[in-house]
Amino acid sequence: MAEHPNQLEVEPAGFALARERSAGGPSRKGALLDRRPGAATRFFTHPVTLRIVSAAALCLAWQWAGTVPISPAFPTFTETMAALWAMLADGSLFAAFAITLQPLLIGLVVSAILGVAVGVAMGLDERAEWFASPIFIVAQAAPLAALIPLIVFAYGIGLTSKTLVVCIMAMPVIVLNSFAAVRHTPVSLTEMGRSFLAPRRKVISRIILPAASPVIFAGLRLGCASGFIGAILAELLITPTGVGDIITYSRSIADYPSMYAAILSIIVFSVVFIEAIEQAEVILFRPEKRASP
Amino acid sequence: MNAPIALTAARPVTDSVVEVRNLDKIYAGTVQALKDITVDFPRGQLTSLLGPSGCGKTTLLKIIAGLLPASAGEVRVNGKVVSGPGPERAFVFQDFALMPWASVIKNVTFGLEMRGMAKAEREEIARRSIARVGLAGFENRYPHELSGGMRQRVGLARALCVDADVVMMDEPFSAVDEQNRRKFQEELLTLVAQEKKTFIFVTHSIEEAVYVSDRIVLLSPRPGRIAEIIEPDINRDGDTEAIRRHPVYLDTVDAIWYSLKTYLD
Ligand SMILES: Nc1ncnc2c1ncn2[C@@H]1O[C@H](COP(=O)(O)OP(=O)(O)OP(=O)(O)O)[C@@H](O)[C@H]1O
Ligand SMILES: [Mg+2]
Repeated sequence: MAEHPNQLEVEPAGFALARERSAGGPSRKGALLDRRPGAATRFFTHPVTLRIVSAAALCLAWQWAGTVPISPAFPTFTETMAALWAMLADGSLFAAFAITLQPLLIGLVVSAILGVAVGVAMGLDERAEWFASPIFIVAQAAPLAALIPLIVFAYGIGLTSKTLVVCIMAMPVIVLNSFAAVRHTPVSLTEMGRSFLAPRRKVISRIILPAASPVIFAGLRLGCASGFIGAILAELLITPTGVGDIITYSRSIADYPSMYAAILSIIVFSVVFIEAIEQAEVILFRPEKRASP
Repeated sequence: MNAPIALTAARPVTDSVVEVRNLDKIYAGTVQALKDITVDFPRGQLTSLLGPSGCGKTTLLKIIAGLLPASAGEVRVNGKVVSGPGPERAFVFQDFALMPWASVIKNVTFGLEMRGMAKAEREEIARRSIARVGLAGFENRYPHELSGGMRQRVGLARALCVDADVVMMDEPFSAVDEQNRRKFQEELLTLVAQEKKTFIFVTHSIEEAVYVSDRIVLLSPRPGRIAEIIEPDINRDGDTEAIRRHPVYLDTVDAIWYSLKTYLD
């Protein structure tokens, strides 16, 4: 929000200049006027407008694809919205989210805390790196969904297994990003810390972690996105509960609008959640981004 | 110990804050960056390290700062052997080394904060130091809002406010344009005259070295050795502009150029 007053302060000055000049030189008047964005142009190029237009285009394309239809199992946008509304109205979607969110949130919190801790430790200490990096590099490359039967075999079909699936999906990218972030702290910054007599723990807390935080947070966002996939995957592959249950059940009775409504709701929730992490990062750790964009 | 010390029997009145003795630096077991460096840095003067790129100026400066270990030999500061960074030395980094997430004042107070000074006191000192380098009013800006030259001044303010005996600067003016560079050089002269500090200044500009230095240590390229030590006899009390027309200034620039030319092929 802070950005707008700033921009407004700068722009009118430039426009005033343009207006003055156009009054002085009639031959160049047209060119200068063209360059001055009017209220309409500003409205149409505003980030919020553009995002709404982009979303609207997507919905229209969806509607069109549904009416063609590209597949009998592909509902139109309006049908899906109606189904979504019905699920919201009778509260079934909320009940489903309450179930799905349990393994998801537990798994994400555990992955975030443990993942950042392990990644930062690996970045700070080479022994920790040698010990842990093979595990997570393999984990990131392997198709982890294939491990789900093994997990069920070991931990049953309850909350534990589902939480584990979320962790397995979310952790590797969080760990590896945190590790890379810490490793790539600019050497001159840590040297600056040492030369101004910061003890090791201050170099870590005041220089290395703040310097690493953008990449750590990028890892957290990616990890959360994977965690969401993990939660739904667990509900589809282990036992149908929560949102996964709506998806499975509506597909089995060919209620495709409800199925797509459930998928859409989880996507929207995921996007909002990840956006919230980004906002939290800027508010907590990047004062310079708040000061000026 | 050896010749250079014995020869300083007729030592000038100034004492040496920093003494470097028989210093060697070998990187990664193979690259010999410095070889048998023995040199003194007199108190209250500005000494430049001058030499072609890659001759080990930054390496020598970082060893004196205690940021790099020497492979052999020792550095003494105020008579004590250096084993790491210390409160009597402050560093101005070539690439500024400012924390992008911290405002100017937070960057400048960093050193004082690490020394355990209370917030009100350190901000008071930092404000004075910021004003000193001509950045008053920019206390709450962030580094990315400043020009290269302004960032360099923040680094300088940070080094000045910890009140160290020795201020080390690694090519502090390399990121600014020629006009600003000249302006900063003049300001540096004023600073040296006013502060009772010892400055060690790295540069690869001959003109800059002769303009600002009381003493110039000329290094030869790899392995870095001391080629020559020059003390240009220029009176800097009067007009700072006049220095660039001073015959000694012009002669010294020429002499150094002829010395360095022999390394070019
Ligand atoms: N970390 C390192 N590992 C191996 N070799 C290094 C390292 N740092 C510097 N060197 C080598 O040591 C020599 C001296 O480097 P140094 O950075 O001290 O030069 P310099 O005189 O400061 O050069 P410039 O004027 O370009 O800054 C160079 O040949 C360089 O290749
Ligand atoms: Mg250098």
